Amino acid sequence: MSNPARVRLTVNGRERDLEVEPRLLLVHLLRDRLGLTGTLVGCDTSNCGACTVHLNGEAVKSCTVLGVQADGADVTTIEGLADDGRLHPLQEAFWDNHGLQCGYCTPGMIMAAADLLRRNPHPSKEEVRHGLEGNLCRCTGYHNIVKAVLDAAEKGAEVTA
Amino acid sequence: MSTAETATTGTAWVGRAMRRKEDPRMITGRGSYTDNLTLPGMLYAAIVRSPEAHARITSIDTAPALEHPGVVAALTGEDMADDFAAPLPTFWSPPGVEIHTPDHWPLKRGEVKHVGDPVAVVVATDRYAVVDAAEQVVVEYDPLPVVVDPEKALEDGSPLVWEQFGTNQTHEYVLTGGDVDAALDEADVVVERRLVNQRTAGGAIEPRCSVAEMRGDSLTLYSSTQIPHIARFVLSLVLGTPEDKLRVVAPDVGGGFGSKLQVYPEEALVAALAKRLGRPVKWTETRSENMTTSHHGRDQIDYVTLAAKRDGTITGCRARLVIDLGAYQGVLTPFIPELGFPVMGGCYKIPAIELRFIGVFTNKFATDAIRGAGRPEGTYWIELMMDELAAKLGMDPLELRRKNFIRKDEFPFETALGIVYDSGDYAGALDRLLEHFDLEAFRREQAALREQGVYRGVGFSTYVEVCGLAPSRAVGPQGVGLQAAFWESAMVRVHMTGSATVFTGTSPHGQGHDTTFAQIVADKLGIDPQNVDVIHGDTDQGPWGWGTYGSRALAVGGEAVARAALKVQDKAKRICAALLEAAPEDIELADGKYRVRGSPNKAMTMAEIAGAAHIPPQELPPEIEPGLEETAFFDPENFVFPFGAHACVVEVDVETGKARVIRYLAVDDCGPAINPMLIDGQVHGGVAHAIGQALYEQVVYDENGQLVTGTFVDYALPTAAELPSFETDRTETPSPVNSLGVKGVGEAGTIGATPAVTAAVQDALRPLGVESLDMPLTPMRLWQAIQEAKA
Repeated sequence: MSNPARVRLTVNGRERDLEVEPRLLLVHLLRDRLGLTGTLVGCDTSNCGACTVHLNGEAVKSCTVLGVQADGADVTTIEGLADDGRLHPLQEAFWDNHGLQCGYCTPGMIMAAADLLRRNPHPSKEEVRHGLEGNLCRCTGYHNIVKAVLDAAEKGAEVTA
Repeated sequence: MSTAETATTGTAWVGRAMRRKEDPRMITGRGSYTDNLTLPGMLYAAIVRSPEAHARITSIDTAPALEHPGVVAALTGEDMADDFAAPLPTFWSPPGVEIHTPDHWPLKRGEVKHVGDPVAVVVATDRYAVVDAAEQVVVEYDPLPVVVDPEKALEDGSPLVWEQFGTNQTHEYVLTGGDVDAALDEADVVVERRLVNQRTAGGAIEPRCSVAEMRGDSLTLYSSTQIPHIARFVLSLVLGTPEDKLRVVAPDVGGGFGSKLQVYPEEALVAALAKRLGRPVKWTETRSENMTTSHHGRDQIDYVTLAAKRDGTITGCRARLVIDLGAYQGVLTPFIPELGFPVMGGCYKIPAIELRFIGVFTNKFATDAIRGAGRPEGTYWIELMMDELAAKLGMDPLELRRKNFIRKDEFPFETALGIVYDSGDYAGALDRLLEHFDLEAFRREQAALREQGVYRGVGFSTYVEVCGLAPSRAVGPQGVGLQAAFWESAMVRVHMTGSATVFTGTSPHGQGHDTTFAQIVADKLGIDPQNVDVIHGDTDQGPWGWGTYGSRALAVGGEAVARAALKVQDKAKRICAALLEAAPEDIELADGKYRVRGSPNKAMTMAEIAGAAHIPPQELPPEIEPGLEETAFFDPENFVFPFGAHACVVEVDVETGKARVIRYLAVDDCGPAINPMLIDGQVHGGVAHAIGQALYEQVVYDENGQLVTGTFVDYALPTAAELPSFETDRTETPSPVNSLGVKGVGEAGTIGATPAVTAAVQDALRPLGVESLDMPLTPMRLWQAIQEAKA
C-alpha cells in the first residue's frame, strides 16, 4: 500500500480534508469515508451510472474518478441536491411521474438528468433518451424516467449544481 | 393527484394513482440498501473463486493471504467444514420423480463445477485490502472435462458434471392431458419447430450484499433478498441454528427480478463468519461476480408440435423441453420451467397436450427464477407456434387466435391438464389493443415503406399468465411437490391515536407495497394512507411470510392485508356500536367515519375508536378485548390468471441488421387496479426486460465453460436510447379467487413481450426470405440471416 495522500474538497457545500489511499475511488471516499451513501455502486465498468455525482458542476461517474483527482474540487451528491429541504424539481418530477421503482439507479439518474438539463434546458424526448444512455435502470423501462425529465424541463428545472 | 392526497378522511383510496410513499427517501439518497450499512468493528469478506469450469482442487495455500496487512482470517472449505450443518437445499421434490441433487456447500471441497465456484474466503478490516489479500491465495487445480451444451450433455459418452449420478440428466417430468397421439393423427395440419430460449441474467442494478452480526447468541443477517423468512428457515438448516436465534432483514432492495429469490452460498458464508469471528462481516458482490454467480434464467431448447384442423381448430400440442440447469440445484432451479406448465397452451382451447421436461446438468452456474420464470418461455413458444400454424394454414394469425380463444362465457375453464383458469376475456383484450393499433393502416404503410427499402414489421402476442403462488395444497408437497407452502400473512395494528402499522410477510424490492397496501388498509379502516405505515422484510417483525416473487404479493399478500384490516374494521364497529348504543350491524363506514345507519350525526372516527380500544371507557363491555390489532393468514383456493394482448412494431436496418422497436402497445388485465400508475410502471419494466431478451441479452459461455459476458460491457441491458415510450391500456376482469378481485402484473410484460418482438422482426424480414430466428435478434444474427437469405 502506498503512502496516504491528502485530499481537500468541498462536498455539498461543506469543506472536507481527508487522508486517503491514492487508489481510493471517489465513490468510496463519499460512501465509506464521508458516510454519503446516497451515491451507489452497480457495476465495475462505468456502464450503469448509479454512482453519478457532479464534479465542478459536471456529471461524472464517481467509480471512475480517484479521490485524489477530486482534490480542490466542488462535489455535489444526491444528498446535496435538495435546497434547504425543498426538493429539486427533478426529484419532485421523479416522484410525481413514478420515475423510480427499486430506487437504486435513481440518485445517479437524477444527477445525470440534472447535468443534461443544465446543458440542454429544453431537450426533446430523443435527446433525453440519448442523454441518459449512460445510466442503466432495470425496473422502469425508462418510460417514466423520460417523462419525469421532460416534466422537470417543462417546469423550468434550471439546474442549481 | 394533490387533491386526493390532501383529503384527510377520504375513502376510495383504492384505484387512485397515488404517489409512492417510498419515494421521498429514495429521491434524496436516503434509501437503506444493504451495502449502505456499516456496523461497529465490521470486517469485509472477499471470495476466492474457481477460474476453472470443472476441476479437482489439488491444493489451497491461504498463508500468503494471512500475511497481508489487516487480514483476520483466510479459510477454505475444509477449514469451515464444521461451520455448516447441512448443504443448501432445493425445494422441489415431486411425488414419484427423482431429481438428482448434488450437495451444495457454501465453500467447495474436492471439485469445482463452474467458473466462480467459491473455494476460499478472506476476511479483513478494509474493503480494498481484502481484495488484495484474496488474490494472494494460491489454489492449484487439476482440470476435468467440461460440458456446456445441454444436448451434448445428454449424449452417451459426454463428460459428467456429477459422476455419482452416472448421467447429466437431472430429471424427467411429464404431464399429459387428453390423447395427444390421436389429436396429432386427426389433424389436417401439423407444425413442428425447435425454439431456443437463451440464458439471461436478472440484471438488478444493486449487486447482492450481505452483512451478518452476532448480538449475544443471536445472529442477524441483513441481505438483499426477496425472501427473508425463507432465508431464515434455510439458514437455520445450513447453520444448525434454531430460528429463534436467527433474524433476517431485507432492507431496501435494489431490484430482484427473481435473482434475489435464492438463498446463496455467500449468505450462509457471511453468517457463519460472523458467528465464527464474533464480529460483523460484510460481503458485497462485484458486478462480474453478479454475472458469474447470481443465478441466471431461461436457457431451454423447446421442441414443439402444434396440430390443427383445416379450419384452424387446434387439436393438440406436444412439447419436449430440454432445460440447462447448470451445475447445482438452487432453491427452485429444477422447478422453474415447470412453473410455466399451467399456461403452456396459452389462452387457447387445446384438448390434448403433452409436456416433457428434461433437466440437464452443465458446467455453468445454476438457472432459477428470473422475472416470469417458466411462463415467458412457455408463452414464447406457443405464441410463435400460433404464428407458424397461421402461416401454414394461410390464415390471419389474429383470426387463428380468435378461433381458439377460450370465450369469456366459458370461465372458470378447465384445461386439458386440469388447471382451472379463473376468469378472462381474451378477445376483449385483443379488441382493445386493436382500438389503439390500426392494422390495415400499418400494412399499407409497411408496403409503401418497403418500396423505399425500409423494413418494418408487426408482431402480436395474446398471453395468459398464471401467478399468485399459493395455492399451497396445489403446489405443496402432495401437489406439484414443492416442499413449502405459499399462503401469506398480515397483521394490522391500529395505534392509540388512530394511525396504523401493517406487517406483511411479502418483501418488496421496487413494487411499492408501502403505497398499495396502505391504500387498501386506508379504505378498510377509514383513515388516510399517509397514516398507514407498512413494515416488511424483517423476520423479527410480524408473522411468517413467503416473500415477493411470481406476481404474488398483491393477490396473496394484499388479500391477507385486506382481511386483517377487515377484522380490525369489524372490531372497530363493535366498539363504536357499544359506545353509540347501537347494534354492530347498524354501524357503517362511510366518508371515513363509523356512523349509525340512518343517524349520520352519530358517528366516530377511527382515532376516537382507537382511543377507546386502548383506554376503555366504562361504557365498553368487558367482553370486548382491549387493543386494536388483528392478524390474517390467506391461502387462496386457486391461482390467478392475468392476461393481455400486446403488439410490437420494429424497423430493421437491412444494411446493418439492427432491429429497433419503434412502437410497443400493451393491453393488460390484472383485475381491478389498486394503483394504476404502479401497474403501468410494472408493465413498462417487464416489457423492457423482454425487449432486452428478444434483441440484446444473452449469457454466453465458451466451449471451455468460461463466461464471456461477465460485465455490463458484454451483457447488453437495454438503455433509454434503445427503447421507445410504451403505449399501455387495461381491461379489468376481476378474479373470483380473492376479495379484491386482483391478479398480478409484475411479470406480465416479460411474459407477453418476447414473442411479439420476435414476431415483429420476422414480419419485417419475411419479404427477404428470412424466417424463424432464435433470440437474441442482435444485429450480427439478423445481418447474417439476411445475407444467407440473399445467397
